[in-house]
Amino acid sequence: MSILTYALHHQGDFNKNSLGAVSAAGKLAGEIGGEAAAVVVGEGDDLSDELCASLGKYGASKVYRAKAPEGLAQPVVDVMAKVIQDEGYKYALFGGGLLGFEVGAGLTARLGAGVTMEVTAVKAQDGKLIAERPILQDSAIVDVDYVGEPGIIIGRLNAFDPAESGGGDAEVVDVDVQLEDHSTKARMIQRGESGEEEVNIEEAEILVAGGRGLGKAEGFELCEELAGALGGAVAATRAVVDAGWYPYAAQIGQTGKTVAPKLYLAAGISGAIQHKVGMQNSENIVAINKDPNAPIFEFSDLGIVGDLNKILPKLTEAVKAKKG
Amino acid sequence: MTTTPVDYPPPVDPAREFVGPPVDPEEERIEVGVVIVGGGPAGLACAIRLAQLLEEDPRLAESLGEVPVALVEKGKGPGSHLLSGAMMKPSAMRRLFPGLPESEWPTYGTVPKDAVYLLPNGKRAIPLKPTPPPFRNHGNHVTSVAQLGRWLGERAEEAGVYILGETAAVKLLIEDGKIVGVRSGDKGRGRDGEELSNFEPGSDLMARATVLAEGTQGHLTGAAIRHFALGSEDPQQWELGVKEVWEVPKPLDRVIHTMAWPLRYSPKFREFGGSFIYPMGEDKVSMGLVVGLDYRDARLSVHDALQELKTHPLVAKIIEGGKRIAWGAKTIPSGGYWARPDLWAPGMVIAGDGAGMVNVPTLKGIHYAMHAGIFAAEAIFEALKKADTSDLRAYAEKVRDSEIEKDTYRSRNMRQVFSRGFFLGGAIANLMEISGGRFPGGRWATHDDATVDVFIGEERNYPKPDGKTSFDKLSSVFLSGNATRDDAPNHIRLQEKVPLELALMWRNMCPAQVYEVPEEELEAAKEDGDLDPKREIDLSITPSNCVQCGAITAKGGRLTPPEGGDGPNYQAT
Amino acid sequence: MKICVLVKQVPDAAVEKRMDPNTKRLDRSGETNLNPFDTHAIEAAMQIREGGKVDVDEIVAVTMGPESAFRALHKAVSLGADRSVHLTDESLAGSDVSATGYALAKVLESESPDLVLLGQQSDDGECYTIGAVVADYLKMPSLTQVIEMDAEEGKLRCRRQAEYGYDTVEIDVPAVISVGDAINEPRYPSLKAIMGAKKKPLDTKSASDVGIEADKVGEQGSRTAVLGINPPPEKEPGEIIEDEDTGETVEKVVSWLEERKLLA
Repeated sequence: MSILTYALHHQGDFNKNSLGAVSAAGKLAGEIGGEAAAVVVGEGDDLSDELCASLGKYGASKVYRAKAPEGLAQPVVDVMAKVIQDEGYKYALFGGGLLGFEVGAGLTARLGAGVTMEVTAVKAQDGKLIAERPILQDSAIVDVDYVGEPGIIIGRLNAFDPAESGGGDAEVVDVDVQLEDHSTKARMIQRGESGEEEVNIEEAEILVAGGRGLGKAEGFELCEELAGALGGAVAATRAVVDAGWYPYAAQIGQTGKTVAPKLYLAAGISGAIQHKVGMQNSENIVAINKDPNAPIFEFSDLGIVGDLNKILPKLTEAVKAKKG
Repeated sequence: MTTTPVDYPPPVDPAREFVGPPVDPEEERIEVGVVIVGGGPAGLACAIRLAQLLEEDPRLAESLGEVPVALVEKGKGPGSHLLSGAMMKPSAMRRLFPGLPESEWPTYGTVPKDAVYLLPNGKRAIPLKPTPPPFRNHGNHVTSVAQLGRWLGERAEEAGVYILGETAAVKLLIEDGKIVGVRSGDKGRGRDGEELSNFEPGSDLMARATVLAEGTQGHLTGAAIRHFALGSEDPQQWELGVKEVWEVPKPLDRVIHTMAWPLRYSPKFREFGGSFIYPMGEDKVSMGLVVGLDYRDARLSVHDALQELKTHPLVAKIIEGGKRIAWGAKTIPSGGYWARPDLWAPGMVIAGDGAGMVNVPTLKGIHYAMHAGIFAAEAIFEALKKADTSDLRAYAEKVRDSEIEKDTYRSRNMRQVFSRGFFLGGAIANLMEISGGRFPGGRWATHDDATVDVFIGEERNYPKPDGKTSFDKLSSVFLSGNATRDDAPNHIRLQEKVPLELALMWRNMCPAQVYEVPEEELEAAKEDGDLDPKREIDLSITPSNCVQCGAITAKGGRLTPPEGGDGPNYQAT
Repeated sequence: MKICVLVKQVPDAAVEKRMDPNTKRLDRSGETNLNPFDTHAIEAAMQIREGGKVDVDEIVAVTMGPESAFRALHKAVSLGADRSVHLTDESLAGSDVSATGYALAKVLESESPDLVLLGQQSDDGECYTIGAVVADYLKMPSLTQVIEMDAEEGKLRCRRQAEYGYDTVEIDVPAVISVGDAINEPRYPSLKAIMGAKKKPLDTKSASDVGIEADKVGEQGSRTAVLGINPPPEKEPGEIIEDEDTGETVEKVVSWLEERKLLA
């Protein structure tokens, strides 16, 4: 058996980064001539056979299910350590996200294993897995190999995309694990509350960001409408936050937040480096600016040279129409 | 009616605001033996020399208490705010570290060849042979003053000096007409000066002697000069230098200076200055453009002129295939001998660039600063032994009997003649140099840069930043290591409603893009396509970009120290 | 209650970093700082002490690093720690994440803390993990990304941000808590505290002093190997549309977004 992953769930749904990890594991396991499996941990009835078996769609051939407190990392470490030791898994792969990080880390200690974090890609080479991780503000990529087994791979947030492999149901196996003493010392009182701030910029998948090119504070209404249509949140540059057009909580950049959403749509933003370092890892960057020489066009995936006052409203309409 | 910066004075009264009695109750005050303000070559040389002398006199050292020597530095640490060319004369290092072989100095060694070029335009370069005397650098060490500062800081700490980084000295403490220490700056104020949740007030640092080694545009130095009337009749003048350090594939084998292009040398523009290109070892090159701040055209941007310089074939060849790894900006005092203030007041001395100890025609200042620091240490040591630090004239006498005095006297009129334009000025300067300063003699007055009138010239041909050989200001500020928080209070005193020509001058002058003319204002200032230079503009200011070069102080504003730790974090400049 | 705060000296975030081509590791010879996230941990310890609900006997700053790491300890002490411990040993150089956690756990064991606090991440690459690694070696419960923490006798009530929003978790001490930067606003040290830092006790410990087994740490104990450092994959140059007919432009944008499954 080759690759073991952890699938976090909540109220009957698997977390997207976990599904991504399972998908990646499934594909990679095939490439090194092995199989991928997943571990799920919980106490409720929502961890039905059906739900667990559905991980087969993403490439898991087996799912180990254990009864233990949900939403906490250390019980999962106990479960995964046992499964890896009993079944001889060579790799443990985690999707990005806090529990992924915590479980992967705890497992590293438990097994005295090698670990690579912030992994953006994994490749198969001579029957082994090589993890790739960026360093120095993404200006270089390091290839990392493991000494001994198992090797632990912790992905960067959103690094692995869920992809259905066309596999059938996974085999669901219940495992009985004696939790370590310290794994019982934390108790979940209230899980998964959304915060006082309506939306967390750092977790949003789609961001519509506004800069000085908006011309005035009211320009942010255009951004909010488009964000609403796309199902995303609104962000801002330092210059407009300084000018009082938008709150500091939305500021992206060297002295603000760092984000890596699936889509970053920058309206009226020149793309100065102080801003760029806060969003350069976004998967897709779309820029709208009336200045064809704006630096942002040098690193955007799609650039539109034009008047955002004309483009944003029309784009909002078209997006709403497309989404139906 | 012309616009001159001096007509728009900043809202500040340095003597009143920055000199005063101690504030803290006695038990809260911090007592040290000697406090040195500024972790540059002058301050650090002073600290090290003092530590050397105190080691020979343990009883005196003990009498100074737990902290005999404390040095406060407003940057993250010594070196963070240091920037220079530089070609350093070795005499001061030899004096401070007599046993240390030059190969162990934190410098890039000497360079055997030098060359000077007159650039008539963006294509040609006319070599001036033989090398005019001010530009000969035989035996001088190529030095990154930021690296030198770090190294000297380590030596000082090893010798027992308390180095307090991220600490700005904002006020001179005075009691009965004698300086008794400095007050450190507050931390944790918001944009409008309000106290944030983690507000920490500064402290009164009491000392028996205070050394002001703040460098160019010294904050407390300016206040002290006004309070004690130490200023010379001739006002100080400044040059603005913007420099970059490049990693290059082909080693440079000579020290190069250039003159003229891209600066405009006619009296109408009065853009005095030139560039330097120094090899830093085998794989790096330090280059910069230095321009007198008594220029007139609001369109001049020294940063962009440096980018333009790099398009000249002479320079382009040197940096080809290379990568920019550092950038910074700083002013240099150029008033020289006549503009030097009195160097002491009761309980206090001034050393280094803060006292204008720079020889601009030869671009030398580091070793003078260090010599002055050493003199200050020696004079203070004697005064401490006598238990009387009110009279520190011995320091001024040492400076007067030294090469600092001799060299700056010799070039005393050289910089001023260039207000007559490059060629006439150049001819006169040559005469001065050849005659050892004797001819044409006399006293050529310096003038306050802010009294020079401003006009808006034609648009210049600055290259568009391509991120490879030419760079915009914001990415340069980023490279300087500046990550100052956005809600820091504004540390720049300035009139914010000024005529367009002055606003544009500030915008283009500032290498860090602190001052901006909002688009709407620029649009509104256009009548029939032409800009109305007298139209009043509301400036937009981003103080967190500031790299504290000091240019604004020379041209109508006043830089005060921001929160300790703010600003650039120079590594290789 | 005895609190140990783990601190780390890291390269300054604003200064450009370079790889050392010889060791294939981060060139750490440049400007360094106390990891900003650790200042939040120290502040959290101070707030527990000043909060008065729990008696805090000692706050000890602990670091593992080369000789120069003492600066991080001085800074930690100027911010309020009572004393510090510096674990430094040549054999520890090149330790990977697991070995580092093991070494830190050993030095912490020698202090027997009731609470271990640390910043959840640092600017030099290690994110969200060292706390969990240390906790497993110490066999203590642990939480990461904690942004609110209330101490009571024998336990802590924490709020932390995980995948599904904010969780409220009660955790028994002794425990290891990694804090996020939203937890508090660290104080600035007073000048007196900065100057007094040199005089607070600083114990230097070697690997053998705390019982670290040599083969579990250092370069040879490392369980990962860097095969190579490469430039990132060439990003395809972006497409540029000059907007003339906005209706058309917008259509192109929508299909572009659709192709990339961004309109789901």
